[in-house]
Parts: sequence; C-alpha cells; structure tokens
Amino acid sequence: MSDRFPRGETAIVGAATFGIGRSPGFEASDLAARASVAALAQAGLKPADVDGLFFCHSTDTLGGLSFAQYLGVQPRFIDNSRLGGSSFQAYVELAAWLLSAGAIDVALVAYGSNQATAAGKLVNTVRPMAYEAPYAPLNPVSSYALAAARYIHAFGARREQFGAVALAARAWAQRNPEAYRREPLTMETYLAARMVSDPLSTLDCCLVTDGAGALVMTRADRAREIAPRPVYVLGAATETTHREIAWMPDLTTTGAARAGARAYAQAGVRPTDISVAALYDAFTINTILFLEDLGFCAKGEGAAFVEDGRIAPGGALPLNTHGGGLSCVHPGMNGIFTLIEATRQLRGEAGERQIADAKLALAHGNGGVLSSQSVVILGGPDTA
Amino acid sequence: MSESGPDKQFVDFLRAGRFMLQRAVNDGRYVFYPRAAAPGDGAALEWVEASGAGCVYSTTVVRKKPPEPSYNVALIDLAEGPRMMSRVEGVAPEDVKIGMAVRAKIVEGGDGPYVVFVPADGAP
Repeated sequence: MSDRFPRGETAIVGAATFGIGRSPGFEASDLAARASVAALAQAGLKPADVDGLFFCHSTDTLGGLSFAQYLGVQPRFIDNSRLGGSSFQAYVELAAWLLSAGAIDVALVAYGSNQATAAGKLVNTVRPMAYEAPYAPLNPVSSYALAAARYIHAFGARREQFGAVALAARAWAQRNPEAYRREPLTMETYLAARMVSDPLSTLDCCLVTDGAGALVMTRADRAREIAPRPVYVLGAATETTHREIAWMPDLTTTGAARAGARAYAQAGVRPTDISVAALYDAFTINTILFLEDLGFCAKGEGAAFVEDGRIAPGGALPLNTHGGGLSCVHPGMNGIFTLIEATRQLRGEAGERQIADAKLALAHGNGGVLSSQSVVILGGPDTA
Repeated sequence: MSESGPDKQFVDFLRAGRFMLQRAVNDGRYVFYPRAAAPGDGAALEWVEASGAGCVYSTTVVRKKPPEPSYNVALIDLAEGPRMMSRVEGVAPEDVKIGMAVRAKIVEGGDGPYVVFVPADGAP
C-alpha cells in the first residue's frame, strides 16, 4: 500500500501551554480551555471558529463531548480516541487529512490534566489486564523496566548512560522558565536515586505534574494569512505493536521504527535533516530506544550516543529542549508537549534554549507501554 | 449457551491442577492469553497441556518499602512459543536472570489460581 500524506497542505497556526507544574483549584478542562483560547488567539481565532475538535481528557472517557460543551462549540467532527500519550500526534495526522479534504476548516488539538494536585500521582485510567494482575507489576514503570533490562542484556548498556539522558533533560529544563524541575542534577545524585522497578529509579521516571497544551491547525493557504510563522505538517504516521508488554514482539525495537520511516518518507527528509527532536521520554530508556528506532543512530548504539553531552545543550542533536517529561512536564499524557516544543523552536520562540536556524523538527509520541508510536515531522517557512 | 468462555476454561483447568494452552487447529500455533479465536486468521483453538518449560526473557524487581518485601516480575518465553508475564519464585527476586530455565507451578491467589515459575533445576 502506498503511504500517502497531504505533505505541507496544513499548518500549525497556534501552540500554547497553560498551568505546567502545579495548578491548584483548576480542573483538567479549565487548564485545557486556557491553553486552547491562547493558541487560538495567536491566529486571531476564537473557540467558535473550531469545527474539528481533537481532545482527550485525563480521566473522562467522554471528555471530547464534555470539552466541546465547555468551549460552547458544536464541531462537525470530534475525535475523542485514545492511544495514550501518542494520541496527540495521531490527532495531528488525522486533522491534516480532514483539513486537506475540506471536511473541517479549523482543528483544535488539546489536552489538560490536574493529576498532580488532584491525586498526587499518575492517574491510571485503564483496568489491569487479567493475565498481568496476579503478578502486580508497578505499571507503567515495571513494563518499561522489563524493556530496559532486556536492552541492557542485549547491548551491555550502563546506568551512567541512562543517567546521561536524565542529566541532559534537566540541563535543557534549566533554560526553560516553564519547566517544573530546574535545580541542577548531578550524576552522583542520579546514581543514588531509589530504585522503583529495577533497573529504573525515581530519576529514570518522568515527572507527575499538572498541565495543558493546545495546537490549532488550518490549511496552509489560510495559515499564511493568519499566522506570522506557520509551521507546516510535512509527515505524520502512527504504528501500534501491542497493548501489554508481554505481547511486544521485541522489547528492544519499538513501532517508532516503522512510524518514523513512514513519516520521513512522506516528508521527503532524513534523520540527519532534523534540526531539533522532541521524543516522548516517559522513562530514560525511551529516549535511547527512540533515538535508535528513528534513525539518529544504529540499533544498540543509543546508550553510547547520549554520552558526552550529545543531546544536552550545545550537543550535536538538540533533543527535548523544553526539558521533556523527565524535567519539564508530564501530566499523564505528554505527546502534545513534544509537538508544542517543536513548533516553538520552528517559530523561533524558544528563548534561551532556541536552536539557531531550526528548519525541521520531529515530534514523537509514545502511548501505553511502548505500545503506540506516532511521529510528526514539522517544517518552517521554506519547507512547504 | 453451554460453552463457557476461554478465561473461565483456563481457570477451571488451573483449579484441576493443569496449566493449559490453546493451539490453533489449522497450523498448530500456540496462543496465550486465552482467546475465543486465534489472532491473525481467526482459526478455531483447542486446549493442550503446557509442557511447563520456559525461559526468562526479561526481569525486574518491584521495590517496596521495608518491611514489605520487594518482589520479582518477569516475562517468560514458554517452550511452546508464547510469552507471558509471571513471577519466578524460589530465588531472591534480584537473582532471577535473563536466560534462566524455569518451569511452571500453579499457586493459589486471592482471586483464584495462577501460574508462577521456579528455576528448572530447583527442588520439586
């Protein structure tokens, strides 16, 4: 089957966050509404202009209906589907198709969660699987830990290399005033952190925060009229391989390998063309696996790749320049924030962490336990 | 309907002391977890007694605050092909190693019987 995509026919015209960190008193939809209104305003739009809503509530499985009601809109199309953290990349993929087909004119992709102040921990919205429950895995950590253990067995990775991922994320977060954890992190502190599910410690795990994000998309011709710097959607692809970790075909290779290859082909670019990447770092092992699967290095070389500051500020590959899920924000689902950071870099809005001449960005999403993988390739003014 | 669903049949076998797997009638593929139709082609499935032999594919230790004991969670590749989540007992949780040969054992839990594994060379 040929892999078609409406390359460059749609663009992001608004991207905003709200309430990252702790937002006491705000419900999830309050946070998402503030982010949405801010993102729409960047293109001179209002909620009433939205006719395609792509929304996933942190706990309400009919949240798409609830959020449309909250915004006071009756969209022609609502997508309330859930792939976990990669839902938002998949929303962008579908929104691009619907916009290019003329089925909708203004797409709003949004998410909000108050899990940190409401529950104080990751809120689990899924029922335990009957053939996992008797063994009481501490999910999602234990599932990622099983992948990390297999990776270490296969390729001989060291804890210091996992630590390099955590330290790089923190160093980027220190350049982002919005990031939740900005105090310095040393390798000594990393290595002393308490184990949660071997080989992953507390500092291998993402944050638990509140936060919301929103993206607004239109067709490219309108985008050029209403947005000072449209960010074009050049490719988007999603792959799923399993739900529970026991049914992941190979724990050291994720569906990002196929999703990435498809998205690169749609966009007509290669990994070496990417100026800045935002990968879904729910755990340190994720970054290593996804760097390999998305072609930034060969399989088995990711752990060595992240050493010596290569993904830290000043390194060869600017990665998760907002600080990622490890140090900036992780309100249960995180994919919207990799898209927003990629957009900000391409619009030149990233302040102290801005990458000079950023032209192409990759925003990746991961859902479940390495289960769903989505890749979106975004481009600046001269790419569409 | 007289036929009971695959989950109930699996647990009923465990209650009778038998660890059973499903096998596709058309090509002999083994399937776990229990399903009402084979993945991929929807073939009919029949129950076959598992050999009980397996090999640790990956392993982790869920760390608890003492005095609550930490415990093992592992992925086991069954000799018949399927992989399952389980726990290796009879050794310290951190001494469970990838590649270790293990064999199945049925234990009773609060919600019914389930399958764990012990080192293959351990005492019966």
